[in-house]
Amino acid sequence: MKWLREIETFWTLFTAPTVWALHFLICYVAFAVFCAKQGALALSFDTVRLALGGVTVVALGVIVLSAWLAWRQWGFGTDDPPHDAPTDEDRRKFQGFATLLLAGLSFVAVLYVSVPLLFIGACQS
Amino acid sequence: MSATDLPTFTDEERAGQEERLRKVWTTPSGWRYWTSVNNTEIGLWYGAAAFIFMLFAGLLGLMVRVQLAVPDNSFISADLFNQAFTLHGTIMMFLFAVPIFEAIAVYLLPSMLGTRELPFPRLSAFGFWSFAIGGVFVCGSIFFNAAPNTGWFMYPPLATDKEYSGIGADIWLLGLSFIEVASIAAAVELIVGIMKCRAPGMRINMMPLFAWYLLIVAGMILFAFPPLIAGDILFEMERMFDWPFFDAARGGDPLLWQHLFWIFGHPEVYIIFLPAIAIMAMVVPTFSQRPIVGYSWIVLAAVGTGFLSFGLWVHHMFATGLPQMSLAFFSAASEAVAIPTGVQIFVFIATMLAGRVIFSVPMLFGAGGLAIFVIGGLTGVMVALVPFDWQAHDTYFIVAHLHYVLIGGMLFPVVAGIYYYYPLFDGKKLSDRFGKVSFWLMFVGFNVAFFPMHFSGLRGMPRRIFTYPAGIGWDWFNLISTIGAFVFAFGVGVVVIDVVRPKKRQPRCEQNPWNAGTLEFISEPEENWGVRSVPIITSRYPAWDQPDLIDNIKAGRYYLPDSPMGERETLVTTVLDARPVQCLRVGGTSVVTMVAAAALGGVFIALTFHWWWITIACAIVTLGAILYWLWTGTAKIPETQDYDVGLGLKLPVYASGPASVGWWAMFITMVGDGTAYASLIFGYFFYWTIHEDFTGGHAGPGAFWPMVALVLFVLAWLLMLAARSLNKANRIRATQGVLVLSTVLTLAGCGAGLAGPYLYSMDPTLFVYPAIVWVVAIWTVVHGAVAVIMQLYCLARSLSGRMTARYDMDLVNVVLYWHFMVITAVTSFAVIGLFPLLR
Repeated sequence: MKWLREIETFWTLFTAPTVWALHFLICYVAFAVFCAKQGALALSFDTVRLALGGVTVVALGVIVLSAWLAWRQWGFGTDDPPHDAPTDEDRRKFQGFATLLLAGLSFVAVLYVSVPLLFIGACQS
Repeated sequence: MSATDLPTFTDEERAGQEERLRKVWTTPSGWRYWTSVNNTEIGLWYGAAAFIFMLFAGLLGLMVRVQLAVPDNSFISADLFNQAFTLHGTIMMFLFAVPIFEAIAVYLLPSMLGTRELPFPRLSAFGFWSFAIGGVFVCGSIFFNAAPNTGWFMYPPLATDKEYSGIGADIWLLGLSFIEVASIAAAVELIVGIMKCRAPGMRINMMPLFAWYLLIVAGMILFAFPPLIAGDILFEMERMFDWPFFDAARGGDPLLWQHLFWIFGHPEVYIIFLPAIAIMAMVVPTFSQRPIVGYSWIVLAAVGTGFLSFGLWVHHMFATGLPQMSLAFFSAASEAVAIPTGVQIFVFIATMLAGRVIFSVPMLFGAGGLAIFVIGGLTGVMVALVPFDWQAHDTYFIVAHLHYVLIGGMLFPVVAGIYYYYPLFDGKKLSDRFGKVSFWLMFVGFNVAFFPMHFSGLRGMPRRIFTYPAGIGWDWFNLISTIGAFVFAFGVGVVVIDVVRPKKRQPRCEQNPWNAGTLEFISEPEENWGVRSVPIITSRYPAWDQPDLIDNIKAGRYYLPDSPMGERETLVTTVLDARPVQCLRVGGTSVVTMVAAAALGGVFIALTFHWWWITIACAIVTLGAILYWLWTGTAKIPETQDYDVGLGLKLPVYASGPASVGWWAMFITMVGDGTAYASLIFGYFFYWTIHEDFTGGHAGPGAFWPMVALVLFVLAWLLMLAARSLNKANRIRATQGVLVLSTVLTLAGCGAGLAGPYLYSMDPTLFVYPAIVWVVAIWTVVHGAVAVIMQLYCLARSLSGRMTARYDMDLVNVVLYWHFMVITAVTSFAVIGLFPLLR
């Protein structure tokens, strides 16, 4: 994946949690609007559920991509933490490792949030 | 740079440097002492004020406990009870838990980051005075029997009922809005300070964990507080002018308040908790005498918690009848947040296991607090489950849970911090014996007080009742709780005595009394300059790993050892690698921050009592003070382009655009502002979802005038871009002309923005739809008015020769404001003008 240039910025750290936040927001807003406007919308509960399943897959995909980039930034794990030397390289590896950890957490958190899509079958039961 | 490359000064040179530095950083005496803006003074006042508010709120808590000690008690009246518990919660959350961390951060961060000052010392001072004035106003209300009495989360319709809540609700809304201004000011200061003002060499992989936590917390403040400010605006409009935002009879909905309040309220719990854990992240390595195990994992936990905490707010609203799917999303996120929270606890345990733990008083409070917090965390996992929450909702089980989380997760670590950092104030340690006595009193008292509440709650005792009949199974639990509360209070009393007892005869301790590895103990209590010279950092624990560092700092062998121009100076460094890029001159002692805060306080206080003329007068004084502050204190054209900061390095004194701290401050402020705005727009669409026809049959603003306003604002923005380019090209006259034109267009845009709702006679008191349209329009126009002031300010700077092609910070920052302005205007006018046509 050479086309993905390595970006030297502080903000990549937040990629995966931001994806989690967007996924969460989309799920919440979609069902809030759907459940409030059921009468006016020509959509079924299951359609919304499926669509959000698709959103979940996309979100997980982006997180995996960010995790891969982070893994690369971390040097594919060739070097162990703590990455505390005063060098550009250790700083970069620290960033990569922390980003990778956050991608892991975000992946799990997206899965958590998608569990209700499987088990809840109506707006109000 | 090795030690041999560092310069050596003769004793005479050093004495001269020290004299000049001392003079520049001196704190005035007499009444002028209070005009100081030094981080050590501001931090101390801030912390002391927050602590005093905490003791006051603690007394209110004891009153509540005395009243509930026995059934059918008549110690205080029902109304005073309501005021007492409302003020207890409000003060603890708004006047203690959040501000104490702003205080600790302002105090500690500069020395911890090895720098001299935070970038905006006057902003810190302004924040402190706003906080102090607002705090006294809110606390004082109970002495006039006028305190808020509807609970700290102020639910309508109870809190919008003027007959019941009197003026108390206004005092809450306006007093706290004022204090929220202080919090956002602190967020700006901390984010810019941590990202841009670290010592050279302190890369982000070497930043003290405290700084990591505070950076995340400041970011959270930016997204958490503004929704509450938006809610406060809607709430106050309902109370003041009868606009029915939360009145179901006229299309409003009390649930909107609950959403806005808890979008603030839940992240706030973590805004409180993370800095406390940050103190632990400093204390644990020191007393384990080894670096923290899992530095990156702590960063994961801080960032992860910061994000996830925004997906939890509805777990305070499980009993409101929202769709089950929505509840489940929030339940899932609430369970997920346990992961990063747990990671931190395990990191601390691992660090202690890997080192040799010295069980000192700070460690005692830290470990005890964590034990309490874990119990609160476990009940948190329980109440995050919807079915369990339905049973426990609004009972004493919740009271127990929240006190376990907040006292364990916040108060105990703060006391640990007091014992740990006290030597920074006057070079003396607090007493070990007092500390141990107070710890055991607090720890035992706390558990005796709050553990039984789980049982009284499960037996059905609701929150906020002022008394209860005998014989329904609550008597003993309540009596035990009250006894525990007093034991706990005695423990707090011992801490207070230890802090205030005279220590004149006590010998001074060493400068780094606990042998900490980080830099905060380089700050000398007698000196105001922060650090004698700004060091080069090459380790996470420089005091352990960099031999002679402290001596070299004190000998002035690093950057900025002198102040030849008589200015307060600090270094600005790059975000990732902390390479020095600018010598920043920061504001010194000034009375203008106090005047601005007092005048702004006047605005809020006068509004509470509907004294309109005084409000307007205070608003004018505030504006004047802020303009004076900016005009005389910022974007000064320096005497030289390149300034010698020592060690052979020359840096610019003036920076503009993203390289400048002012640009960042504007950006951060506008992100917060944008969040408040997004909350209002959320309100607009919220009303759309709850009604079949959200206009309720009422006229809208039409499409024409909103579109005119939209076009005018876009044109004004384009002209601002042009002004920036023209100014850069040194075409000063043309810049001035374009600024004038843009100002005229902005004014016209403001007029057109209000014309829609005005010409269609939208009456905001009849129904919620006209009211929300008016609010969105007014918000946008007020921002337009601020833009006009900024445009005229730039014009005046240019005309007076204070803004030139090279020195264009004012204009660049105003253009940045305009980016946000144009997004706001386009969104507002598209939504209110076009959305009604689409539905």
